[in-house]
Amino acid sequence: MTTCKLQGTIVNNQFIQKKGTLKERASAVVQAVVTRDKFKVKVPTLTTTYTPLPILPLIEKAKEIIVETENTNSAGKFGRFGGKFIPETLAELATTLRDYVGRETPLYHAQRLSEYYKNKNGGIGPDIYIKREDLNHTGSHKMNNALAQAMIAKRIGLKSVVTATGSGQHGLATASACAKLGLQCTVFMAAKDMERQSSNVEVVDGCFKDASSEAFRCWVGDLENSYHLTGSAVGPHPCPTMVREFQSVIGKETRKQALEKWNGKPDVIVACVGTGSNALGMFHEFIYDTDVRLVGVEAAGLGLESGRLSSTLVKGDVGVYHGAISYLLQDDDGQIINPHSIAAGMEYPGVSPELSFLKESGRAEFCVATDEEALDAYERLCKLEGIYPSLEAAHSFAILDKLVPTLPNDKSKVVVNCSGRGDKDAPIVFDRRILHA
Amino acid sequence: MAIALKSFCFLHLKKPETDFRVGFSSKKATIISVKRYTSVSASAIRTTEAVSISETFKKLKKQGKVALIPYITAGDPDLSTTAEALKVLDSCGSDIIELGVPYSDPLADGPVIQAASTRSLSRGTNFDSIISMLKEVVPELSTPIALFTYYNPILKRGTEKFMSIVRDTGVHGLVVPDVPLEEAEIIRTEAKKKGIELVLLTTPTTPANRMKAIVDGAEGFVYLVSSLGVTGTRASISGKVQALLREIKESTTKPVAVGFGISTAEQVKQVAGWGADGVIVGSAMVKLLGEAKTPEEGLKELENFTLSLRSALD
Repeated sequence: MTTCKLQGTIVNNQFIQKKGTLKERASAVVQAVVTRDKFKVKVPTLTTTYTPLPILPLIEKAKEIIVETENTNSAGKFGRFGGKFIPETLAELATTLRDYVGRETPLYHAQRLSEYYKNKNGGIGPDIYIKREDLNHTGSHKMNNALAQAMIAKRIGLKSVVTATGSGQHGLATASACAKLGLQCTVFMAAKDMERQSSNVEVVDGCFKDASSEAFRCWVGDLENSYHLTGSAVGPHPCPTMVREFQSVIGKETRKQALEKWNGKPDVIVACVGTGSNALGMFHEFIYDTDVRLVGVEAAGLGLESGRLSSTLVKGDVGVYHGAISYLLQDDDGQIINPHSIAAGMEYPGVSPELSFLKESGRAEFCVATDEEALDAYERLCKLEGIYPSLEAAHSFAILDKLVPTLPNDKSKVVVNCSGRGDKDAPIVFDRRILHA
Repeated sequence: MAIALKSFCFLHLKKPETDFRVGFSSKKATIISVKRYTSVSASAIRTTEAVSISETFKKLKKQGKVALIPYITAGDPDLSTTAEALKVLDSCGSDIIELGVPYSDPLADGPVIQAASTRSLSRGTNFDSIISMLKEVVPELSTPIALFTYYNPILKRGTEKFMSIVRDTGVHGLVVPDVPLEEAEIIRTEAKKKGIELVLLTTPTTPANRMKAIVDGAEGFVYLVSSLGVTGTRASISGKVQALLREIKESTTKPVAVGFGISTAEQVKQVAGWGADGVIVGSAMVKLLGEAKTPEEGLKELENFTLSLRSALD
């Protein structure tokens, strides 16, 4: 038994140390197993460590097995496996997400929007579904993460929470979660964003990135008492992973709902990318489903050649910013360039490191929508569906114009993540569309 | 030759700053300076050439002295003033000078240095113009210079190229506040190849084991951050620093310099009394230069302030 353990340890060590492709790592493991003769201790041969499965009954049962794994019961069990054996914090989170936030959010078939694109595209077009993250309490997907992290802050015994917000939605979500949990909350927001979204928070010169830096500085100065609640999937490890984990509920629900609605998966998933928290929350669940196209939409501001944009993945290059390596908007000296978008939540010169990886590996596609295109999409969704998306989310609807003609047939199912609601943006849209019409 | 250079700089100080920037950033100026220098060998013009940072500490230890390490931001209020300020600091008893390369997003810095960086960048200061300035000034200094820069500008330029440029400028040390131990390997290797000492930072929240690893990896000196948070003046220095100093000293013979929040002669004296080998004063210096009505006034105040800190240490 001890020899078995030893063998396992050697294999594991090899596995960790060896960098490179999966194939290389696999061969490293094989090598480790093969070279066991070199060790003085006697290692049993591999055949004694497992029992081969009966082959025929497996084939007969295959169908049943697959169905069982796809439709897990409410306790999340696969046969007698699985389930939910978790610390109380997470159980509390699940209950609060349901009762306080209002999850799960609907996956809504936008029939009139689908019709609009069918008509525009010679009668052929996809079925467009909208994941209604805008229906969360406080009006955006930001609550999923803010609530979870505020619970962590409380559990580890901290009394106050510091954060930064761009569009205000993360600030609102954090403030609400803190109020619910009895924590003190300080929100940093850039002055020009405050003008765009009137709220009552700490004002910072510059834009969202400066508010983020300021929140970070404030936190570092009071490390012992306060919790830095990052709302974006950026920053040093483990922030991006933590945010993605708490947002992944979006993708998990979408998979379940798609299965219920059309007994399949989405063909294309579209989400806007500011820093990437809603996009990752949606994409992460489907990363291994290579038949699902993942499309992220960045803000092109006044246009890709204008220099006034926030298209970090499309136009930026690699650097270190706010504690992690990612794509960045920077000049030749490595100085950070101020981003621009009509949507404050899209204005960030960096982007999620995980999305950076998905871009480089080619798993996800990234494209852009301009300020004007986002305004058009906002208006269209209001008129056709009576849903008003945030200007951030409007970017993901804007890309449908270009996406729909590229889809192979009219059976496609496109899911667009409506990450937030747009009442906060009504004055901007009104100002741009009605006063200047 | 050194005198000629000095007058060259003063000449420009009185000119409008736009002229000056062209002088440091354009190729033309480089050609002019080459003409000035080629006739005499470089070693001949230097009276007292600066030695490495660790050598400086060794020298001071023998004399029983504590190092005074002032910090200023390059290009605030302009590069010609920075050039003059370096000479002032050099002649007023500084032992090492930390020169900050302005960065758009200085996460470790408080309001004073942030504002100085923003002012400097908005006047058009960039890495090339700072290097041009240093190439002119460093041969005149007997104090080694450590560049303080954030990581992204190094990464963007390419670590190897960055180190070459910095070394050719005559800079001896490097402080990169946003590169922790785990990620420091690449810059440390490249810096070592070029003979640049990479200073590492340890803070009051650094666990003991990690602190030991940082101390082992540090070159030049160990930078002990004296307060939580960002740079900037504090009313008092935490008593915890004394215990931390003792702890570090038990595990190493490397010199330890204390910085972040130190701004007065009393604080400098206090920290030196606790056993620090060096004391770093930043925001207070930057403030004098940045808030003065004229560059000349700022330089005068800088001189007085540096002298007062020096006498507090001696």
